[in-house]
Amino acid sequence: QVHSLQELRRSASLATKVFVQRDYSDGTTCQFQTKFPPELESRIERQLFEETVKTLNGFYAEAEKIGGSSYLEGCLACATAYFIFLCMETHYEKVLKKISKYIQDQNEKIYAPRGLLLTDPLERGMRVIEISIYEDRCSSGSSSSGSSSSSSGGGAG
Amino acid sequence: MTPGGGSGPMKDCEYSQISTHSSSSPMESPHKKKKSVPKRKWEVFPGRNKFFCNGRIMMARQTGVFYLTLVLILVTSGLFFAFDCPYLSEKITPAIPAIGGILFFFVMGTLLRTSFSDPGVLPRATPDEAADLERQIDIANGSSSGGYRPPPRTKEVIINGQTVKLKYCFTCKIFRPPRASHCSLCDNCVERFDHHCPWVGNCVGKRNYRFFYMFILSLSFLTVFIFAFVITHVILRSQQTGFLNALKDSPASVLEAVVCFFSVWSIVGLSGFHTYLISSNQTTNEDIKGSWSNKRGKENYNPYSYGNIFTNCCAALCGPLSPSLIDRRGFIQPDTPQLAGPSNGITMYGATQSQSNMAAATPLLQSEPSITSEELTLPGKTSISGPCATLTLGQPTPPSSMPNLTSDSGLTDIIPLKEEHDGHQFLTPEEAPSPPGMLPSGSPITHSHTMHVLSLASQDSLHEDSVRGLVKLSSV
Repeated sequence: QVHSLQELRRSASLATKVFVQRDYSDGTTCQFQTKFPPELESRIERQLFEETVKTLNGFYAEAEKIGGSSYLEGCLACATAYFIFLCMETHYEKVLKKISKYIQDQNEKIYAPRGLLLTDPLERGMRVIEISIYEDRCSSGSSSSGSSSSSSGGGAG
Repeated sequence: MTPGGGSGPMKDCEYSQISTHSSSSPMESPHKKKKSVPKRKWEVFPGRNKFFCNGRIMMARQTGVFYLTLVLILVTSGLFFAFDCPYLSEKITPAIPAIGGILFFFVMGTLLRTSFSDPGVLPRATPDEAADLERQIDIANGSSSGGYRPPPRTKEVIINGQTVKLKYCFTCKIFRPPRASHCSLCDNCVERFDHHCPWVGNCVGKRNYRFFYMFILSLSFLTVFIFAFVITHVILRSQQTGFLNALKDSPASVLEAVVCFFSVWSIVGLSGFHTYLISSNQTTNEDIKGSWSNKRGKENYNPYSYGNIFTNCCAALCGPLSPSLIDRRGFIQPDTPQLAGPSNGITMYGATQSQSNMAAATPLLQSEPSITSEELTLPGKTSISGPCATLTLGQPTPPSSMPNLTSDSGLTDIIPLKEEHDGHQFLTPEEAPSPPGMLPSGSPITHSHTMHVLSLASQDSLHEDSVRGLVKLSSV
């Protein structure tokens, strides 16, 4: 079954959510783990998912890059006692806009047709990439939501 | 019905509220909420912060010392410009008030930036995230190990070859990123937490550290500047009219000299200390705990340092400024999950159906905050003075100033805020309880708890399915 982004909310019901956690091995810079979550095994190709995460990681690395332009921005801001932030958008904010567009793009093209939805990490405090897995209300939703709840209930039992 | 988004005082809304649009909960009717004006996220922020200008400004709860700082700086500088500068600009050079003016401008700008901006607060986990983490922890620990107390929750990561332990924050329901810490005064996890500074009335963390550093640096220069030129002024005058007459002619100079003399030691000292911290890329928190000191072991080193002083300084001061993660002025979407639960069992979000289930499930979690000393979330502003004293003494802040402020500013803070922010939901017992107009004078915490839960029930709009899933997971 192929869904569009708008249809997803209407006709599909939320089955479960998968969270891709942060990867702190490089320090405090914002990077996400590229490990493929097992719940997505049947929903999306591994390579597509990994590419999405790697691209996002690349964006965040670009935003947090310490180099010539960030120094310039920092020194200029300091010289104006940071009043310049009232009227200027920082480099980080510009990259975040790019990220948001990219995620929307990915959702429309790749994830929504597979019944998945990516949430921008910014809305989750940059802690996780939340992937919502939807099931069709009318189709065999009961069986797959049954399996997902059993996998989630197994650990809690 | 007041039209404004929480700006006007709500006088009689609790009587007129029979909303016809949503009948999901019978508990909505006693609640004073307006029909269709969407709330901004700062109004339901779970931490202990104060917001002004409709969410643009964010400060800690206790701001008394911040006002003192402002007054000291403004009065001293004002006296300097009014009484010393005319004489000095005439006698020596008009560059003196000009430079003084620039320094003053810099000090005020950085002070206000430090005090009003988000220090890097980490938003609390959504219920789904929290449940997912709980599940993973349970799997990792192999089901609940005996007894009521769950095992301590830590994760280890290797950063640049150094093993770093990530702790689980019971209040925010997240694993804290490296260098983050939970501020008990503000009840928030803050990224790259340095310390909570009462002088600026805010935490100092990742997002406002550079403002703080520039503030104390420029304040050092300003203090030294004023001190030096006040002395010069008095000396020059004494050469003309004698020392005592000079003091009589400009009494303001005496006051300025005294203030500057006492400030200069602490502020210059603090600037020096933070210069050292920046050059070694450490936070005050890490330095005090000795996290990266050689005394812990030869293998212990700071994994975040870039190796040389110059890069460390540049990274701290001129690096990119990350955005605020809490989106204070955003509107609450009807279908986004609200933030996860109880700090100490009293502040709770949750659908009305799941209230009882979550209440049943959370006793486990409620007992936890009392275990870890840094998760002190019992607010000190009720009539109980015991917790107040213990809360404040544990902080690296001047203890003498804190207890006075908490008891004095407690009630005075509550009253005006209740009148200004009708829709402003404080999520701590001393302020949550009642519709406006009712003073919480000595109301027991349980009473405020039930009122608080009732008033929050209608705000929640968790997606139905995810709520059910959450209830299943949390009712373990």
